[in-house]
Amino acid sequence: MISIKSVSHSYSNALRISFKDWEINNGDQWLLLGESGSGKTTLLHILTGILKPEKGEVNMDGTSVYSLSSRALDQFRGRNIGIIFQRPHLIKSLTIKENLLLAQSFAKLPEDPERINEVLHSLGIAEKKDAYPNELSQGQLQRVSIARAVINKPALLIADEPTSSLDDKNAIAVLNLLMEQSGLNQATLIVATHDKRVKDAFINTYEL
Amino acid sequence: MSPIKISWKSLWSKPLSSALNIMLIAFGTGILTILLLASTQISQKLDNNSKDIDLVVGAKGSPLQLILSSIYYIDFPTGNIPLKDAQELSHSPFVKRAVPLAQGDNYEGIRIVGTDSNFVSVYKLTTSSGKFWSADFEVTIGATVAATQKLEIGDTFFGAHGLTGSTDVHKTHAYKVVGILTPQGNVTDNLILTNIASVWRMHDDHEKEEAAEQQGSVHQEEKAAGQQYEETGVHKKQTRPDQAGQDSGREITALLIQYRSPMSVVMFPRMVNQSTALQAASPAMESTRLFSLIGVGVDTLQCFAILIMLIAAISVFVNLYNSLKERNYDLAIMRTLGASRGQLFQIIIFEGILLTLAGTVIGIALGHLVLQFIGAYQESSQARLSGLIFLSTEIYLFVAGLAIGIFAAIIPAVQAYRSNISKILSKT
Repeated sequence: MISIKSVSHSYSNALRISFKDWEINNGDQWLLLGESGSGKTTLLHILTGILKPEKGEVNMDGTSVYSLSSRALDQFRGRNIGIIFQRPHLIKSLTIKENLLLAQSFAKLPEDPERINEVLHSLGIAEKKDAYPNELSQGQLQRVSIARAVINKPALLIADEPTSSLDDKNAIAVLNLLMEQSGLNQATLIVATHDKRVKDAFINTYEL
Repeated sequence: MSPIKISWKSLWSKPLSSALNIMLIAFGTGILTILLLASTQISQKLDNNSKDIDLVVGAKGSPLQLILSSIYYIDFPTGNIPLKDAQELSHSPFVKRAVPLAQGDNYEGIRIVGTDSNFVSVYKLTTSSGKFWSADFEVTIGATVAATQKLEIGDTFFGAHGLTGSTDVHKTHAYKVVGILTPQGNVTDNLILTNIASVWRMHDDHEKEEAAEQQGSVHQEEKAAGQQYEETGVHKKQTRPDQAGQDSGREITALLIQYRSPMSVVMFPRMVNQSTALQAASPAMESTRLFSLIGVGVDTLQCFAILIMLIAAISVFVNLYNSLKERNYDLAIMRTLGASRGQLFQIIIFEGILLTLAGTVIGIALGHLVLQFIGAYQESSQARLSGLIFLSTEIYLFVAGLAIGIFAAIIPAVQAYRSNISKILSKT
């Protein structure tokens, strides 16, 4: 279970953003809806443990995330949280397989080529294993970034605007992949977007 | 995927700028390696050849030339000295041992040196086969001479007049090889040793021939110190050991002296320089002087090499710093995957170290290779440089390379360490 309690944050004395309390049960699929500039990314960063809020507390499965040391937090994030960004952002100097190995070793988990094959296969890009990112299409790269997010079987899968730069058909496809993968890996899913097209797919919505 | 592998792959993803950095480092290190090896080898050779000789007495002229010709067998002799004077000095109470030298001939550019058994004791020579010279026209040859000229015991050859060139060959007498020296690691490896009388006799007879050919001409051509000059006049100036007659008229080229006591250091050179027409030169002093002359050039090159290394360091820094701007996002992504700040720091530092270490290794290898190449094309066999000698001081070059790598990478690495990933990630 993930919860945020009386969290608020401000950037250098500018407007203070307060977030209402939020409780997320394991396995839930949530939509985080908000216009650009409403603090969506800020909340996602707070949830993923890369931005410490000025006030409030974030709990994940009984762990108060921001009471961890910087190093422990990095490892906690690597193991428990998978993040999919609006653009794929893979490491260009590494092959697809190496990008996924990277995710395993940074989380201090054993390197597991079997798991990599399994995930790539389930996303239909198994044959691109030894290609470099610049040899793949945008859609394939998006799949790789999903693969990277789920490779360590995280408890929480977070996607930041995964569909905003895609056309209708691809937006639905990506959304289906996300739901499918979160189900497959028994991960809680949070999709942050201002894209109204994906609204109907979710029962739970947290609006900013 | 260890940090070092990530650094490695990252460098390979931009081969051109990596190669440029490695080349700069390699160039700087290469020059430093050559300087280090060459100056060590030269000073070692200088010391090795002169270690048991306290003083050289020869004709007036440049003291450095006297040392070069009589100890290193590189330059031409300053002239000749009367045997009588030399013998007087040999019996001086200051002198423990005196070695007479008579030069003037060569065989295929290798100097034929007339001397006596004192030479053997001063250089502590032993033969690997055969014996030392005893009768006239018997020679004992250095190990390198035997190898390069393919001379064996029993072989004979004709010496040529002068210290280089083989145009004027003494056909009247042939030298006979009676012994080969064990390798000494000094000049004696490259010498042909015989007795002084052989050198004298060779020239006596040679002159008779010439005189007969010229039929009593008062002009006599003569070569001294490898250069030809003509002298007009009835009396011939003596510049080499070739005068017929009794011992009093004979000449030798130089006298190597070992002192009897430390007192001699002060007294003897002054005595020679003031009370005789001869010149005394100290190998130690002249070597130091020679080295200080070369030293200016070495210093300049050293500054040049250090400058190149500095430019290389800046280049590595700029390379890492610029790539960091492009890779900010990559590094932030790595953090979201669980990489710690320390790991990012390591990745950047490793990139710097890998670049400079590769440059250093290539540079050192290149330095050795170039020096070996220079050695192979060197004219003087006496001071041949070798690229196959490795020095323990080269480890400092490694340390320097490592230090430059860390130095160049530290600022980018600290930046990567301190970067605010939330800020970077929110700028898409």
